[in-house]
Amino acid sequence: MNAPTLNPPPPPPSPYSSALGKSNIEQHTLSVLVDNEPGVLARVVGLFSGRGYNIESLTVAEVAHGEHLSRITIVTSGPPEAIEQIGHQLERLVPVHKVTDLTTHARAIERELAMVKVRGKGDDRVEALRLADAFRARVIDATTESFVFELTGNADKIDQFVELMRPIGLVEVSRTGVAAISRGPEPI
Amino acid sequence: MSKQMTGAEMVVEALKDQGADTLFGYPGGAVLPIYDAIFQQNFVKHVLVRHEQGAAHAAEGYARSSGKVGVLLVTSGPGATNTVTGLTDALMDSIPLVCITGQVPTHLIGSDAFQECDTVGITRHCTKHNYLVRSIEDLPRILHEAFYVASSGRPGPVVIDIPKDVQFATGTYHGPKNIQHKTYQPQVKGDLAKIRHAVEMMAAAKKPVFYTGGGVINSGPEASELLRELVKLTGFPITSTLMGLGAYPASGDKWLGMLGMHGTYEANHAMHDCDLMIAVGARFDDRITGRLDAFSPGSKKIHIDIDPSSINKNVKVDLGIIGDVAHVLEDMVRLWRTSAPQVDAGALKQWWKQIDTWRERKSLAYRPSKETIKPQHAIQRLYELTKDRDTYITTEVGQHQMWAAQHYHFEKPNRWMTSGGLGTMGYGLPAAVGVQMAHPQALVIDIAGEASVLMNMQEMSTALQYRLPVKIFILNNEYMGMVRQWQELLHGGRYSESYSEALPDFVKLAEAYGAVGIRCSDPDKLDDAILEMIDSPKAVIFDCVVEKAENCFPMIPSGKAHNEMILAELSDDAGVEIGSIIDERGKLLV
Ligand SMILES: Cc1cc2nc3c(=O)[nH]c(=O)nc-3n(C[C@H](O)[C@H](O)[C@H](O)COP(=O)(O)OP(=O)(O)OC[C@H]3O[C@@H](n4cnc5c(N)ncnc54)[C@H](O)[C@@H]3O)c2cc1C
Ligand SMILES: Cc1ncc(C[n+]2csc(CCOP(=O)(O)OP(=O)(O)O)c2C)c(N)n1
Ligand SMILES: [Mg+2]
Repeated sequence: MNAPTLNPPPPPPSPYSSALGKSNIEQHTLSVLVDNEPGVLARVVGLFSGRGYNIESLTVAEVAHGEHLSRITIVTSGPPEAIEQIGHQLERLVPVHKVTDLTTHARAIERELAMVKVRGKGDDRVEALRLADAFRARVIDATTESFVFELTGNADKIDQFVELMRPIGLVEVSRTGVAAISRGPEPI
Repeated sequence: MSKQMTGAEMVVEALKDQGADTLFGYPGGAVLPIYDAIFQQNFVKHVLVRHEQGAAHAAEGYARSSGKVGVLLVTSGPGATNTVTGLTDALMDSIPLVCITGQVPTHLIGSDAFQECDTVGITRHCTKHNYLVRSIEDLPRILHEAFYVASSGRPGPVVIDIPKDVQFATGTYHGPKNIQHKTYQPQVKGDLAKIRHAVEMMAAAKKPVFYTGGGVINSGPEASELLRELVKLTGFPITSTLMGLGAYPASGDKWLGMLGMHGTYEANHAMHDCDLMIAVGARFDDRITGRLDAFSPGSKKIHIDIDPSSINKNVKVDLGIIGDVAHVLEDMVRLWRTSAPQVDAGALKQWWKQIDTWRERKSLAYRPSKETIKPQHAIQRLYELTKDRDTYITTEVGQHQMWAAQHYHFEKPNRWMTSGGLGTMGYGLPAAVGVQMAHPQALVIDIAGEASVLMNMQEMSTALQYRLPVKIFILNNEYMGMVRQWQELLHGGRYSESYSEALPDFVKLAEAYGAVGIRCSDPDKLDDAILEMIDSPKAVIFDCVVEKAENCFPMIPSGKAHNEMILAELSDDAGVEIGSIIDERGKLLV
C-alpha cells in the first residue's frame, strides 16, 4: 500500500462537471418529434432541469394534427459528450419518436420571431424606423410615442436588432424561441 | 376477445391476461371499485401490506426473484406518495413494476379534492413512464402498454393513475394481443459488425477482464448461461457489480469477486491494470469507477448495454454495442466458436499469475474473535449452513449489505435482492415478503441491520398474515454502522447521531408479531442458533449481536483510484491514522 497522497487529485472529468473547460461548450439545436399527449412537454423540460442541462430556447407546437405529433425545438449548450447524452436521454422518454441534432446531422435553417416595443420622440422615432427598414422589421402597432416591430430571422439577427434599439427607447421584447428545419427535399 | 365491463374489472382482467397472479396493495377510497373487482374473482392473489412503501419493495423482490413484472395497487394521495421511494428504487435498479394508483374523479382533478395529489407529476421523475387515464376507452390499451414498457428494454417502474369515475365507467375491454408500441421499441439485437470487432479485440487482449452487472440478470437466465459459456471459452477473469452477483457462479475459478468501493483487491486491481475491459450490462456507477480520471487508464473498453444513454455516460468507451445481453452474447459466443481465435496464451498466463498475487492479499480477511461474533463470520456461517438449500437473500442497506455481498456466495442469478442504486434502508424485509410470495417453498433470508430493518418492520405483520416463513437475520451492531464507519474515516470519529439508541428487544418484537425470536451473541452457539432459525416453519427475527466497531473493508475511499484501496490489515497498522486517508476533495463526495 502506498502512503496516502497529500496533493488533492485534479477534479474528475464529467460531462456535466462545471469545472470542464468552457472552451468546448457548443450550442446545438435539437429537433424532437413527440406524441402530442398531456404531460409530454413537462417530461422534456423536467429531463433538462433534473439532469442539469441547459435550455437556451424551446418552442413547441403540433405539426401533424391527425397523427397527434408535435415538434419540440430545443437550443441547448454543453460539451459534445453532454449533448450526445441529452439526445439519448430524450430518446428514452416513451412518447418521443425521434431526436435529431440539427447542428451536426443536418444543414438546418433556424428562424425566430420577435416583437419589439420602442418608445421615443423626434429623431429617435426616425432612427428606429430607419433601422427597422434595414432589418426588414414591420411596424405592427404604432402610437404617437411608440412602435411595435415584428421581426423574423435567426437568433443573432434578433439580438442585434434589440441591441440597436436599446439606446433609442427599447421598452420590451417578446420572442418565440427558435423553430428549425433541415434544408433540401428530405424531412428531418 | 372484446367484452363490455367496468374499468375496475378491466384492471383485474388485464392482470389475468398479463399473467400477473400476485398483487401487493393497500386499499382506500379511490381504489374501492378495483378492490371490489378483486373480491369477486380468484385468479389474482392480493397481498395486503402494512405500508405502501412495503408494497413497492415487495413487488420489487417478487419481480427480481421471478423475472416477472411486480404489480402493486394503492389509493390516491398518501397511498400514492408512499410509493415514491419504492418507485425510485426500482427506477435506479432497473426493476419492472406496474403501480396502479387510484385518483379522485376526473371532474375533481385540480380542485384540491380530498386525498388528491398530482400523482403523475410527482412520479414523473421516478418512473420509466406514467399515465393518467382520462377515459375508459384508453384504459385497456394503457394497462397492456404499461406491462410492455415496464418489462422491455431497460426495465423500470410504470405508474397508471386511474380516476375513480373511470373505474366505474363501462367500456370495451380488449386483450394484450397486437400491442405494438408506436414509439418505444428498444433495440435487442446487437450490430453484428461491432460484435465481430469485439471478438477481434478480445482475441488480441493480453490482460482482459469481464465487468458484468445487473443487466445480465435483467436479460434473463439465458444471459447468465451464455456468460458462463463465454468465460469458459475465453478463459478470461470476471468480476461483477453488486447488482450482478450470481450471474457467474462465485465458485467458478475465473471469479474475482465483486468489484468497486467494497470489492476485492484482485477485482479492482484487474480493472485498473487490464488492457481490455468488457462491460456487460453494467453502468459505470461511481461506486465502481472511483476517481474517474484514474479509472482503468490503460484499457480499451467494450460496453454492451440495452440503453444507449448508459454508453459513454460516465466513461468513454472504445466500442459500444447496443442490445440485450443474451442476444449479444449469443452472437459473441457463436462468432468466437466459429472464428476459433488464437489468443495470446502466454500473455493470459502471465495475467493470471499477476491476478494470483493479488488474490494472495486475501482482501476479505478479518481478524477473528472468540469472544464476540464478527459480522463477517456470521455471514460465512449463514452461507455454509444455507448454501445447499433453495435460498434467496435480500438485504437492507449498510455494512451488513456489503458483508453479505462479500461473504455470501451466489451460484445462480435472481437469488440476490438488494437496493443498489438508491440504497434504500427498509428494502429488505418487504422485498423478502415479495420473494417468498414468488417462491413459497424456498428459504428466504433478509440479511439486515438493526437500524434499517426498523424502517419497514411493520411488514412482519404481512409475513405473518400470509404465513410467509421469512427469516430476518439482523447483524445488530447497535450502530448505523456504515454511517459510523464514514464518521470514523471522515469526521474525526465524532459519531453524530449514528448510535441506535433505544432499540427494541428484537426477540420480544418477533413474539409480539407472532413470529419466532432468536438471539445469539456467543460465537460458539451461532451455528446451532442459525440451524434453529432455518428449521423453524415460521417467520423468524434473528438478533445476531455482533462486534460493534467493526469496519467494512476493503474500501476504496471516495475520490481515490482502484489501486488505492484500504485493506483491513492497513487499518490495523498502528502507524496509519485511518482518519487521514481521505483527503478534502474525497470528503465532498458521497
Ligand atoms: C452502501 C452501498 C455500497 C455499495 N458499494 C458497491 C460496491 O462496492 N460495488 C458495487 O458494485 N456496487 C456497490 N453498490 C451498488 C451501486 O451503488 C450500484 O447500484 C451498482 O454498482 C450498479 O450496478 P450495475 O452497474 O450492475 O448497474 P444496474 O443498476 O444493475 O444497471 C444495469 C445496466 O444494465 C443495462 N441493462 C439492463 N437490462 C439490460 C439488458 N437486458 N441487456 C443489456 N443491458 C441491460 C442497463 O441499461 C444498465 O446500464 C453499493 C450500494 C450501496 C447502497
Ligand atoms: C432511507 C435511508 N436513510 C438513510 C440512509 C443512509 N444510511 C446508509 S447506511 C445507514 C446505516 C444503516 O444502519 P444499519 O441498518 O444498522 O446497518 P449497518 O451499517 O450497521 O450494518 C444509513 C443511515 C439510507 N441509506 N437510507
Ligand atoms: Mg447496525
